[in-house]
Amino acid sequence: MPLPKFKYLAPKTWEEACAMLAQYKGKVRVMAGGTDLLIKMSLGAAAPEYVIGLKNIPGLDYIKYDQTKGLTLGPLALLADVADHPMIKEKYDAVAHAASVTATVQVRNMGTVAGNICNAAPSADNIPALMALDAEVTLARLGGKRTVKLDDFFQGPGKTVMEPEELLEKITVPAPLPGSGTAYLKISPRSKVDIAAVGVGAHLVMAGDVCQMARIVLGAVAPVPMRARKAESLLTGQQLTTDLINQTAAQAADEARPITDVRTTAEYRKTMVYVLTRRAINACAQKALPPCAK
Amino acid sequence: MKHLIHLKVNGDDYELAVAPHRTLNEVLREDLALTGTKFGCGTGDCGACTVIMNGRNVSSCLTLAVEANGQDIMTIEGLAPSGQELHPIQEAFVTYGAIQCGFCTPGMIMSAKVLLDKNPNPDEPDIRAGLSGNLCRCTGYNKIVEAIEKAAHQMNQD
Repeated sequence: MPLPKFKYLAPKTWEEACAMLAQYKGKVRVMAGGTDLLIKMSLGAAAPEYVIGLKNIPGLDYIKYDQTKGLTLGPLALLADVADHPMIKEKYDAVAHAASVTATVQVRNMGTVAGNICNAAPSADNIPALMALDAEVTLARLGGKRTVKLDDFFQGPGKTVMEPEELLEKITVPAPLPGSGTAYLKISPRSKVDIAAVGVGAHLVMAGDVCQMARIVLGAVAPVPMRARKAESLLTGQQLTTDLINQTAAQAADEARPITDVRTTAEYRKTMVYVLTRRAINACAQKALPPCAK
Repeated sequence: MKHLIHLKVNGDDYELAVAPHRTLNEVLREDLALTGTKFGCGTGDCGACTVIMNGRNVSSCLTLAVEANGQDIMTIEGLAPSGQELHPIQEAFVTYGAIQCGFCTPGMIMSAKVLLDKNPNPDEPDIRAGLSGNLCRCTGYNKIVEAIEKAAHQMNQD
């Protein structure tokens, strides 16, 4: 369907973008890759009077790593570039993998990680991986900024704590701790290109065979991507055994609050949370081992 | 308000005045009469509208023409500019029966070109992954994969 008419704003600097957002508050949408927004607009689910295109601001697609600050993704960091980045693959493989299984080749060449977060679909592939790694976002507005943990960012399908005059300035992921392993696993009706029916992100920090820290994030089984906190607490401080992993996976399935929809049933989703959580914990434990022990 | 944009399409320069709501797909097909690029689903799922922008395959139906300003674009028409000799990927699609109704073909070939530009020796899973954003509703995938394998072989010999 053809797009409805709108006015296109092309700020040349970040400050100009913040000023435009404040000026046209409530009548404007910000566009990164456009792969979600333009579909919503053509379907009539969004009808902004103005669209701010960020692409005219140079350098927003950066991907940076610093040993103390960790990974920083600019607001236009492309899914394809995050998926293929050697450093992200090495140090944050769940993040790279989640980007690599998001949508299609073409959408990954256009869409951004920041856009996937701001679109706030419960099934968004990049969120469980980033949340499992305790990522936070910096939100900027004219004359100020704040940081919000992804844990506290989502409020419902398509709803976040972002105010209408705020822009997502960057995504920050802490540097990986020694002994950490991460994983993102998804199941969808079609192998590659479809939206996740269930996604599980996990992050374990291991000392030998004892799990020191665990974060498990479930996607597409609740109104927002959710931590399985009781499941996490079962692992913390414990020796990883097959029994404990099974028990933790069952706990995660218990915490999930899925619905039945066009993609699959609530019951299947719960069962798959069990299966994927078990696999994700095993994958994390495997990756957390020092190279000599593999 | 219309925006003045500059596009390089298949090596040719164009200056165009476009309304913001017009997509690259509409401008290519309607203003430049390059109808080789198709319009399929309009939601970035089918790949029929695939063009190459700065070396990446993208959905022209989800690209605003104003945001393509200054970019280097290749469409299916740019693969065989003389209109006489076909590109080796096109040649292989014809030879190995990889075209049925033909609607997905331009998009398939543009994705195949990006794949082979990045990876001249893809194995079958690489090809299937590279084409995973292009749907063929005649479901002739095996012949398409075979054609790309043969095209890669041919291009490595040339």
